[in-house]
Amino acid sequence: MQVALGVSPWDGDGTAVSGRRSVDPLRRRLAEPQVTALPPRMAASPLPPPDPRFVLRGTQSAVHALHFFGGAQGQGHPLLLSGSLSGLVHIWSLQTRRPVAILDGHQGQCVTWLQTLPQGHQLLSQGRDLKLCLWDLAEGRNAVVDSMHLESMGFCRSSVLTRGQGKWMLAMPGSGSDEVQILEMPSKTSVCTLKPEADAKPGMPMCLELWQAESSPRPLLLAGYEDGSVALWDVSERKVCSRVACHTEPVMGFGFDSQKARGVSGSAEKALAVWSLDEQQALQVCKTHELTNPGIADVKIRPDRKILATAGWDHRVRVFHWRTMKPLAVLSFHSATVHCVAFATDGLLAAGSGDQRISIWSLYPISSDSSTSSLGHVEHREVGAHALA
Amino acid sequence: MDPAVSAVRVAVREAVHTLSSCEDGDRVLSTLGSLKRYLSGAESPAPPGEQEEFARVHFAAVLRCLAGRLSPGWLELGADDGLEELCASFFLEGPADQAFLVLMESIEGAAGPSFRLMKTAQLLARFLGAGRMAAVMEGQCRRLGEPASPLLQETLLTKVVGLPDRLANRLQRENLDAFLPQNYFPLLAEEMVRVLQAVVDSLRGRGRCSVPSARTSGAGGSLAGTRGPSLGHLSANGSLWFMLFSLHPSPPTVPHRPEVLSRLLGNLVIKNKKAQFVMTRKLLFLQYHHSTPMLQSLLGYLAADSQRRPLLVQALKGLLETWGSASAIRHAPLEQQRYLSKAVLICLARLGEAELRDSRDELLASLMAGVKSRLDSSLPVVRRLGMIVAETASARLHPEGPPLRFQYEEDELSREMLALAAPPPADDSPVEASPAVAPEAAETPGRGSGDGGVAQAPPEGSGSDLDSDDELVPYDMSGDQELKRSKAPTYVRDCLEALTSCEDWGRWEAALRALEGLVIRNPAAAREVSVELAKVLLHLEEKTCVEGFEGLRQRALVAVVVTDPAPVAEYLTTQFYALNFSLRQRMDILDVLTLAAQELSRPGRLPKAPQCGPPGPAPPPGSTVAPAWRTVVEERIRSKTRRFSKGSARRGRDAGPNQFNVVAGYFFFPLLRHFDRPLVTFDLLGDDQLVLGRLAHTLGALMCLAVNTVAVPMGKALLEFVWTLRFHGDAYVRRGLLSAVSSVLLSVPGEQLLADLPDELLEARSWLADVAERDSDEDCRTLAIQALLLLEKLRDRLLALAAP
Repeated sequence: MQVALGVSPWDGDGTAVSGRRSVDPLRRRLAEPQVTALPPRMAASPLPPPDPRFVLRGTQSAVHALHFFGGAQGQGHPLLLSGSLSGLVHIWSLQTRRPVAILDGHQGQCVTWLQTLPQGHQLLSQGRDLKLCLWDLAEGRNAVVDSMHLESMGFCRSSVLTRGQGKWMLAMPGSGSDEVQILEMPSKTSVCTLKPEADAKPGMPMCLELWQAESSPRPLLLAGYEDGSVALWDVSERKVCSRVACHTEPVMGFGFDSQKARGVSGSAEKALAVWSLDEQQALQVCKTHELTNPGIADVKIRPDRKILATAGWDHRVRVFHWRTMKPLAVLSFHSATVHCVAFATDGLLAAGSGDQRISIWSLYPISSDSSTSSLGHVEHREVGAHALA
Repeated sequence: MDPAVSAVRVAVREAVHTLSSCEDGDRVLSTLGSLKRYLSGAESPAPPGEQEEFARVHFAAVLRCLAGRLSPGWLELGADDGLEELCASFFLEGPADQAFLVLMESIEGAAGPSFRLMKTAQLLARFLGAGRMAAVMEGQCRRLGEPASPLLQETLLTKVVGLPDRLANRLQRENLDAFLPQNYFPLLAEEMVRVLQAVVDSLRGRGRCSVPSARTSGAGGSLAGTRGPSLGHLSANGSLWFMLFSLHPSPPTVPHRPEVLSRLLGNLVIKNKKAQFVMTRKLLFLQYHHSTPMLQSLLGYLAADSQRRPLLVQALKGLLETWGSASAIRHAPLEQQRYLSKAVLICLARLGEAELRDSRDELLASLMAGVKSRLDSSLPVVRRLGMIVAETASARLHPEGPPLRFQYEEDELSREMLALAAPPPADDSPVEASPAVAPEAAETPGRGSGDGGVAQAPPEGSGSDLDSDDELVPYDMSGDQELKRSKAPTYVRDCLEALTSCEDWGRWEAALRALEGLVIRNPAAAREVSVELAKVLLHLEEKTCVEGFEGLRQRALVAVVVTDPAPVAEYLTTQFYALNFSLRQRMDILDVLTLAAQELSRPGRLPKAPQCGPPGPAPPPGSTVAPAWRTVVEERIRSKTRRFSKGSARRGRDAGPNQFNVVAGYFFFPLLRHFDRPLVTFDLLGDDQLVLGRLAHTLGALMCLAVNTVAVPMGKALLEFVWTLRFHGDAYVRRGLLSAVSSVLLSVPGEQLLADLPDELLEARSWLADVAERDSDEDCRTLAIQALLLLEKLRDRLLALAAP
C-alpha cells in the first residue's frame, strides 16, 4: 500500500467517512496524509511508520524543555518554545520554522522547564542555575521581569495552576530534598511546604502537577518521587491524600487527565504505569505497560485526551491510545535520548532530543467536534520530512 | 513383738537361706511355694497381717535373693516343675514398686552381658507387658497412712523415667523392643491413664486417696490431657511428667501449647532447682535437637506467669551471651547455633518493652559482641544468623533508634526466623504485645502489585470517547527493537584502551562485554597485551551500573589467563601477596586462577574441530538389525532422543595432554610463598581467615586439576601447608585444608605418594581420624571421612599391587 504525503488515493473514502462532520477544507488537507479515514478492512496491514512533519534545528545543544505557546483563540501564530542545555530559550515560529527570538537568562545552565501564563504573554523558565525566571514576551519584548531562587539542585520541574485575576499558584521543589514548596504568585508568598512524613522517605520529588478538580476549589498536587511512587497532596491541608508505588525506579514524568482522574507515569525502568484516583482520592495502579527499552524522560497526554506520547531514552517517541493504552506508533527519528515531548492544542506533537533537534509530528488529527483552537499553521504546505534540513 | 511379725521373719529367713544355698530342686520349689502364700491371691493365703508384714519388710530381700540365683544351673533344678515360672510370679504378683526396683537394681548391678542379665531383662519386659507399671504407680497413690519417703519416690521416678536409657546402656545391642523409648513411653502413658482412671474411681467411690496420688495422677493427666477428656482434675505439680519431658527427646505427647505446659507444671520451675536447671539451661543450651514448637512452648511457659518472667529475662541474657561468644561461634555445631538463635528470637518476642529496657545495656553488649564475631565468620550461615538476630534484636532493644538493616536475600531460614520474631498472639502473653515488635514488614508493593487487578477503571467511553477511538489505527511498529548499545570494539587493543581511558560509558561497557570473545578469538593479539589486560581487569571498578559486571570481568580475566597462562598467572599470583589490594580482589585472583586452571585442564579444549556432523535423521526404527530386545530398546530410545550433533560419539574424545600440567607450577607455588608473612593490609593468619580458607580451597582445586602430572612436589608442598594450619580455628579454613588433602590423594599417583611422602601421609592420617571424630563442624567431619576413605582405597590398591 502506498501512502504518499500530499497525494491521497483515499481522498474519496476519507470524505465519505469524515463527511458527517463539518470539516473545513483546510483541515481536510491536513488530515489527508495521515490516512485516518482508511476503511477498516484496509487497516489490517499496518501503516508504515510515520515521518516527522518537519524538524527544527539550530539550538546548538540538547533540547530539554518544550512548550507550545499561543495560537489560542486566534491571536497570532502559534509558537514553540524550546529550552536547551546551553541555557538558551528559543522561540520558534511554526510558520517560518525559524527562531523568532532567543532568550538568554540562565547563565549557560540547562533550561529544564518552560511554561507560559495565560495573561499577558508571560513565560516562566526554570534552569539548572537554580533560577526561575519570569519573562515578558508581549509585543516582542523579551526581558526577565522577575526571578526566583530555587533551593533544590534536583531535576524536578515546577508546575503552575492558574487561579484567575492574574493570580496563580506555583509548585516547585523546596529547600529540603524531599520537599515541595507552594507559592502564591505573583506575590511570591510561600504558602506552604509539603514535606512527606518522616517515615515515608520517598526521596526527592521528580515531577509535579498542580490541578484542581472541577467539583472543588481545593488545589491538589500530584508529585512523582524518587522512590517510584506517586503521591497526591491536598495542598490546603498540607497532607498526603494517598500515595502509590508505581515504579521501582524514580518517576521521571507523568501525565494526568483530571477529567478521567487517571494518570500515566514513566520512570527509568522498562514500563509505564497507569494509575487512577477514586472518589476517596485514593491512588491505585490500574495496569503497567511493558516497553521495549527502559527509560522514559517525559510523558504528555494530548489536550483532547485521545493519545499520549512518551519521550524515551531509547531515542524514540512512543504514542499510545490513552483510553486503552494500545501502542499506536513508535516515532524513531532522533539519534539521542529524547528529553521532552509537548502537544499543542491543535494536536501537533513536538519532541526535543539530545541530538539538538526538535521534531514536529502530526498524528491522529484532533477531530473538529472536540474543542480545538483554530489552527495557526494550516496554511503550511505539505512538505516531507526534513523540509528544513 | 507381734507374733505374726516374728513368724514371718523366721519363715522368710529360713526360706532365703534355703534358696541361696540349696541345690535340691524339690526343696527349692517347696520353699518358694511356702513363700508364695504370703503373696495376695495365692491359693492358701497366709493371714493378712503376715502378708502385709511380708510385703512391707521381706519381699524385697526375697526378690533380691531370687534375682541373684537366676542362673542356668539353678533354673535347671526345677525345670520340669516350673521353677522359672514360679520365680517370675514373685516378681509379677508381689508389690509392684519393690519388684520394679529390684529388677532395675539387679539389671544395673550386673557386671556385663550374662545369662542372669538377660533373664532379668526378660523378666522386666514381662513385668512391663503385664501392665505392672500401673500397679507401681497405683501403689504410690494408694499408700495410705504412711506417705512414702520423698527420697524413695524420687528414686522410683528416676528409674521409671530413665528406664529406656538405663537398659540401653546396660544391654547395648541386646536391648529388647519393650525398652525402646518409642514403645516404652506410650505404654507408660497408657498405664498412667489407667491409673488416673482408677484413682478417679476411687476418689468418687470412697474419697480415700492419699496425697502422693496428686503427683502421679497429675502426671497421668498430663498425658491423658492431649488424648481424651478424662482430665478430671489436674494437679499443678506434675513432676513425673516433667521428668519425662526433660529426659526424653520427644515425649510422645508434648503439648505444643504453653498454656497446657503451664497448667501441668505450674510454678514448678521456681520451686524446684532441678526443674529450673532443666528448663533454663539444659533444654536451651545443652540439648539442641528439640523442635521449634517445643522451644516456643517452653519459652512461652516461662513467659506466661509474672513470677516466671524473670527467669525468661535471665534465660535471654544467658542465650545472648552464648550466642555472642566468639568461641561458641567457632566451636559450636551449626545446628546448635541455629537453635540458640531461634531461642533468642522467641525470647525477644515474648518479652515486654519494660523488661528489655531494664537489662538493655547488658543485652546490647552481648548482642554487639556477637554480631561482630558472627559477621567476621567465614561461614555464610553463621553470618546470616548474625544478621537476622541483630536486626530483630536491635529493633526490640532500641525501638527508638534507626532500624538496623542488612542486605541478605530472603530464604527459608530467614523467613522461619523472622516468623519466630513476630510477637505471639495476644492471648498467649499477659504482656501487651508492643507494636514495635514486629519487624516492620518492608512495604514494597513493587511495580507488579498494580497488575493485581484493582483495575477499577472509570466507566469507559464516557462522553466524547465513544465516537472516534476506533479511528486510531496503529502504525507499523516492527522497527521497535531493543536499542543497540554503542558499537563494541573489534580489537583487543581497542578494548584495552576503552577500558582504561574511556569516558564514554556505553563504549566502556561494550568493551567489557566484548572482551572475553575477542580474547578467545584472537589469542595471538591477546598474548601481546596479556599481562597488561590482566592488570587493567584486576583493577577495574564498576564505575557505572553494569548488569553482571562481576561475571563479565571474571570471565574476561579467565580468558586472558587461559590464553597466556604462564606470564599472567605469574602476575596474578604475585599480586595476590601485593600490598594494595582489597580482600575482594585477592579472592577474585583465587577464583580466576581456579577457573582458568579448570578451563586449561578440560580435555579436548584446543582442537576445536568442527564436530558438527549434520543432524541427520535417526535411522528408522525397526531396521534390519538383529531383533534382540536390547537393540530394539536402544533403537526406540535413539528414535526418541534428539541429538544436535553427532560426531564425538563416533570418534571418541581426542586424547591430548592436560594443558594445565605445563603451567601448574606457575599457578600453584607462588600462592604458597608468603602466606605466613603478614602485610599491613593483609594478614592471612590473622583476621583475613576468609581469604585463607579460599586459598586453601583454591590450592586443593589446583592440585586436583593437575591430576596425572608429576605432581609430587605440589602434593608435598600442599601437605606441608595443611600441616602447619591443621589446627586452625575457623571451620571454613579447615574445610579447605581437608579438601586439599583429598585432592592430594586423588591427584598424586599412589606409588609416588607412598615413595615420596610416607611420613606426611601417616601424620595426615592420624589428624584426619581425629578430625573425623572430634571436629565441631559437620562438613569438616564429612570431609575428613572422605579423605580417610581415599587413604583406605589407596592402601588397598597398593596392597593388591604388592600381593601378586
